[in-house]
Amino acid sequence: MKILVAVKRVIDYNVQIRVKEDGSGVHTENVKMSTNPPDDNAVEESVKLKESGKVKEVVAISIGEDKVQETIRKALAIGADKGIHVKAESYIEPLGIAKILKKIVEKEKPDMVFLGKQAIDDDCNQTGQMLAAMLNWPQATFTSKVNLKDKSVEIIREIDEGLETIEVNLPAVVSCDLRLNEPRFASLPNIMKAKKKPIEQLNAKDLGLDLTNRIQQIKVEEPPKRKAGIKVANVAELVSKLKNEAKVL
Amino acid sequence: MAREAMEYDVVIVGAGPAGLTTAIKLKQLDPNLNVCILEKGSEVGAHILSGNVFETKALDELLPNWKNEKTPIKTKVSKEKFLFLSKNSSLSWPTWLLPAVQKNHNNYIISLANLCRWLAEQAEKLGVEIFPGFPASEVLYNSDGSVKGVATLDMGLDKDGNKKDTYQEGMELHAKVTVFSEGCRGHLGKELIKKFNLDEGKNPQQYGIGLKEIWEVSEQQHQEGLVMHTAGWPLDNKTYGGSFIYHAENKQIYLGYVIGLDYQNPYLSPFDEFQRFKTHPSIRKMFEGGKRISFGARALIEGGIQSLPKMYMPGALLIGCDAGTLNMPKIKGSHTAMKSGLVAAESIIENIKNKADLSIYEKKFKESWAYKELYIARNVKPSFSWGLILGIIFTGIDQILFRGRLPFTLKHKHADHEALKPASQMPKIEYPKPDGKLTFDKTSSVYLTGTNHTENQPVHLRLKDPTLPINYTLKEYDEPAQRYCPVGVYEIQKEKFVINSQNCIHCKTCDIKEPSQNITWVTPEGGGGPKYGNM
Repeated sequence: MKILVAVKRVIDYNVQIRVKEDGSGVHTENVKMSTNPPDDNAVEESVKLKESGKVKEVVAISIGEDKVQETIRKALAIGADKGIHVKAESYIEPLGIAKILKKIVEKEKPDMVFLGKQAIDDDCNQTGQMLAAMLNWPQATFTSKVNLKDKSVEIIREIDEGLETIEVNLPAVVSCDLRLNEPRFASLPNIMKAKKKPIEQLNAKDLGLDLTNRIQQIKVEEPPKRKAGIKVANVAELVSKLKNEAKVL
Repeated sequence: MAREAMEYDVVIVGAGPAGLTTAIKLKQLDPNLNVCILEKGSEVGAHILSGNVFETKALDELLPNWKNEKTPIKTKVSKEKFLFLSKNSSLSWPTWLLPAVQKNHNNYIISLANLCRWLAEQAEKLGVEIFPGFPASEVLYNSDGSVKGVATLDMGLDKDGNKKDTYQEGMELHAKVTVFSEGCRGHLGKELIKKFNLDEGKNPQQYGIGLKEIWEVSEQQHQEGLVMHTAGWPLDNKTYGGSFIYHAENKQIYLGYVIGLDYQNPYLSPFDEFQRFKTHPSIRKMFEGGKRISFGARALIEGGIQSLPKMYMPGALLIGCDAGTLNMPKIKGSHTAMKSGLVAAESIIENIKNKADLSIYEKKFKESWAYKELYIARNVKPSFSWGLILGIIFTGIDQILFRGRLPFTLKHKHADHEALKPASQMPKIEYPKPDGKLTFDKTSSVYLTGTNHTENQPVHLRLKDPTLPINYTLKEYDEPAQRYCPVGVYEIQKEKFVINSQNCIHCKTCDIKEPSQNITWVTPEGGGGPKYGNM
């Protein structure tokens, strides 16, 4: 069995985001970048499945400028076997990403595509679903547990009502929740081995796809600053404030 | 069971200007050498913080062609100012009356973090292996007592030291020569200085704490290339320190404050002095309407050659500020740190190829221009122990009339942690409340550093005696850790000493200033700590 796992390079979750003055986006220069956290879970799970013997090959893919190769190398250091870098100079919307992934799926013929449930930079939560629809494959989203069988995969999803267990036939698209596992640390020898693993390079332009963005971003601005809290003397005052000022009671 | 080990010709601890220079120079001299650098930050530059007005002398020697490359060295110093501040007024000191060491034409305003990122790219192009996120946590010794290499920290331990699911054992890295370039108060450097008595016969090392903010201001407030320093208010005559204000590219101002850690009053808070400094009428106007975008702090070396330890030992070298090569009156250390790296690389080649003794490193360093300028600068810092005014008068005589050639060398008498006076003898200091626009509290500041440490891991700020903070330091000094820590790691809550180690920004001030030397800073899990951008 073969897994294609998609990883995205995003601003590190510890970094305080700075909005550009002209509202055209956020500053990314000299900012620490990392793998999108749920994508780390997807890589970890893929490698675990490989270690369990159920999966033979794990291929990590990332789309973007040359620096996304660092993100691919990290997946290779965790245990992916090879990488694919689809070069793209500018931002591509989830639909475009899904189209590229579909093209790669047709070429690589994986049994499962693993990706993070959403990226922490745009929070779109669309790529996996769009990819499944275009491939006409079953999809399992927000996965917090994976049980891979011969021709299907049993998935536990965390939903509002509790835990939902579903089983989807393979091939399938699976998107991961942060609770799926705890990603391991890459070890020094594995980081060095990863430097020697192959990364295939493609150019998004050469794939013959319509990658035109359909959404026009009008403005990016900072959320309003939270006002400082106040201390109340007793329960009566709290209730009165909730009733008369906050008007929530 | 033995840990896994990797063999290198040279292992370098710390990807700062000194370590990266050593690596680049080594590969230039011998491309076949196996060289690696361990870096505790999550990426190169993440833990680098500096002013920085950069003198290119050492870079000119390392990469003579740098001006033709796409370096982050862009803003040439175009104008200089020096102000003496009193509470409400300021006196501009004519620049022609400044000692030569404080003149900055030909220098550049840079982000040292960005320079390190660029140097790391150059090193990697030459085949140096850089491992960010891997702190060297332990020195390894051969049976003859010489340094064998270092080991990386075990990852995936819980706060009690038990193995978590993600546990991964540390690795040993063995080298013919190990180079320690951890920067000021490196925790392995500290161990080596003690073990090999490297500071024997030297004065106690002197430190300062440097705090820095980056501001974005309007075009009218910005004068690209302007370098400005101040002395005086809000510090009293006895406390050594001053500010820097550098107008860099992109309408940014690098603003910072340095305070000598030999201050006496346990109520002093370097962080709050820095905040208060910004409220001075002649400073406030520079930042009104601007936006603070970064914050950070880091200890720095001030001891000069009087405190410079022996820089070599069997199997290893100390370079840059892990030894202490900063030029205090010049307020610069990057160029001398890089020079020590250059000399270290040349010496290592001679050691590996011709079996030359590593002592040639110190000999060569003492013959270099870097040591000569440290020699000329040697008397400035100790003269300020007589107070700001006498210090300035002496420095004028020493630096302008005699150009550092007075026939004597002043001593540093005390270590910084011995300088504190009991709280009962010192006045309390009331700091003004932050306004959230120009001045800020520690909480909003630590947020800007991006610092983070995985929650469930052993505390990396260790107490030799856990009862001491409450039973002694609180009673005697009103526990100054609450104030000298720039990000509020230490708190007294209901008679309990709390260590919020996840907020630590690796500045090392606690390890230096704790009056009983009760706090030891060790490396936390890799990748932890601040995530500085262009600091």
